[in-house]
Amino acid sequence: MTAASQTTNQAAPKTATVALRGPDAGTARTALLFAVGLAVAGAAPFALYPVFVMKVLCFALFACAFNLLIGFAGLLSFGHAAFFGGAAYVTAHSVKVWGLPPEAGLLLGVLAGAFLGLIFGVIAIRRQGIYFAMITLALSQMVFFMALQMKFTGGEDGIQGVPRGVLFGIFDLTQPLTMYYAVLAIFVVGFALIWRTVHSPFGQVLKAIRENEPRAISLGYRTDRYKLVAFVLSASLAGLAGGTKALVFQLASLTDVQWQMSGEVVLMTLLGGMGTLFGPVVGAGLVVTLESYLAATSLPVPVVIGAIFVVCVLLFRRGIVGEILARLPGAR
Amino acid sequence: MTDDIILEARGLTKEFKGFVAVKEVNLQVRRGTIHALIGPNGAGKSTVFNLLTKFLTPTRGQILYKGKDITRAKPADIALMGLVRSFQISAVFPHLSVLENVRVALQRPLGTSFHFWKSESTLHELHQRALELIEDVNLTPWAYHLAAELPYGRKRALEIATTLALDPEVMLLDEPLAGMGHEDIEGTAALIKRVAASRTVLMVEHNLSVVAHLSDTITVLRRGEILAEGPYDVVSRNAQVMEAYMGTGGGAGHA
Ligand SMILES: Nc1ncnc2c1ncn2[C@@H]1O[C@H](COP(=O)(O)OP(=O)(O)OP(=O)(O)O)[C@@H](O)[C@H]1O
Ligand SMILES: [Mg+2]
Repeated sequence: MTAASQTTNQAAPKTATVALRGPDAGTARTALLFAVGLAVAGAAPFALYPVFVMKVLCFALFACAFNLLIGFAGLLSFGHAAFFGGAAYVTAHSVKVWGLPPEAGLLLGVLAGAFLGLIFGVIAIRRQGIYFAMITLALSQMVFFMALQMKFTGGEDGIQGVPRGVLFGIFDLTQPLTMYYAVLAIFVVGFALIWRTVHSPFGQVLKAIRENEPRAISLGYRTDRYKLVAFVLSASLAGLAGGTKALVFQLASLTDVQWQMSGEVVLMTLLGGMGTLFGPVVGAGLVVTLESYLAATSLPVPVVIGAIFVVCVLLFRRGIVGEILARLPGAR
Repeated sequence: MTDDIILEARGLTKEFKGFVAVKEVNLQVRRGTIHALIGPNGAGKSTVFNLLTKFLTPTRGQILYKGKDITRAKPADIALMGLVRSFQISAVFPHLSVLENVRVALQRPLGTSFHFWKSESTLHELHQRALELIEDVNLTPWAYHLAAELPYGRKRALEIATTLALDPEVMLLDEPLAGMGHEDIEGTAALIKRVAASRTVLMVEHNLSVVAHLSDTITVLRRGEILAEGPYDVVSRNAQVMEAYMGTGGGAGHA
């Protein structure tokens, strides 16, 4: 044994910097980036059109929720529009028709997302890879057709003129800046929850499952249950994003539950870098910005976005943030 | 005497679309022993492992663990009962650090594995134990490296540390020494011997000198069937075995 340990020590890693890297390295950088991002977001409505930034924030939260699933549990869902759009309808309806305050409307939206997520999850979770994606797509199409048929969703018109109301009885969301900071706060809460989940005992098991599911099973983890919890969490947060979006635009419509919406969130996440915390935010910012610029031109938006997507995937496989991280020394 | 049998297979058979990979295998693993399963490539050794640990469902036959029928149990439940396996193809969590790899195996008893609202730092109390296990397999200098960065032989060592973290009653090791350099084989074999003092080990291994040195019992498998069984000197003198296995240049070293 002693002979063996000697040879081991001789063969020890050459780069001391790498060896010194502790388990908590990177947390400080994340905190710094987050602080910078928060400062920028806090100042943004004075430089940019607030509705535009709010749209970015809603989609960024949506993409972060999606990323929790693909990036940290290794599950590719192609039905996330159902949670986003479903929650948008529920929030819009409960605020407009039932006259609930926005916080209650959002809560119901989140619950709607969680509920749909549970149903999707129970049905799909045992499937692997492309079958999982296909089942989530099929289920979300069912939600789409339900949205088209059901009365409360308003069919082709959607639910329009959703009142923003007064948050917690204090914050008057009809004031653009108040609305903006409320959206920012919602985003921060959602993002923090995702960060916590990723860096939790649960997150550790989730990563283990993503990395090597049979091994996780052989260590005694009933992996289906962990994946299901991750799925419901992701769906709930997608619901939070959808509900918030309904308040921002005072509208819930078929666009929110359409399969294109599911595709869009995949695109944002891959573009920014799946499995990174900030990637989906960057991806969402990029896609929303591009879409609004392109909308003002006569170019066909989906084609241009699609082309950019293809180029990006070919050039940087890990997504924008993923590539940056891979090039930083000692990053992971 | 039957109390002594911790793991038993009766008439274990596995067919893959008509191809019989494992045929009527009766295997009895005695508590506290090191039991080796050897045989030429494709003999069905890994399939037997997969059947015993429920990663595959047998076509026919029965599996008993501590006298209890586990033929229909789920693989994760088997692990919780104390029957833990490693894999032939190195099974680590590549993008977790070496420490985290071992910690994942240690964290279940804390009962917080579903707690997504808790901080990762609540797991830090496990670090000492994890580092001890890492030390046991000589991986201390790599503790904070990603498992993906380890050379192949080191990954196998990490896998053993992770398996040991569960303190299993029965360890099933599928070719634990494969891909290891000479310098590590000796140490790892010694480690297996040491940990087997307090548990049962069933292992598949091609390195016959190690098998000869470590095992109490050897079962030779060929084309899915048991060819011979017994201690090394009995098995190695069996004419059929010599023809089927030893004869093919397996006498010493790696196969
Ligand atoms: N999932 C499967 N589907 C079809 N055939 C399989 C499957 N798994 C194993 N086999 C076949 O069963 C036979 C036994 O395979 P097994 O992996 O158990 O052999 P082994 O003894 O572990 O060999 P090795 O020493 O190469 O690891 C092989 O012929 C293999 O091709
Ligand atoms: Mg094998």
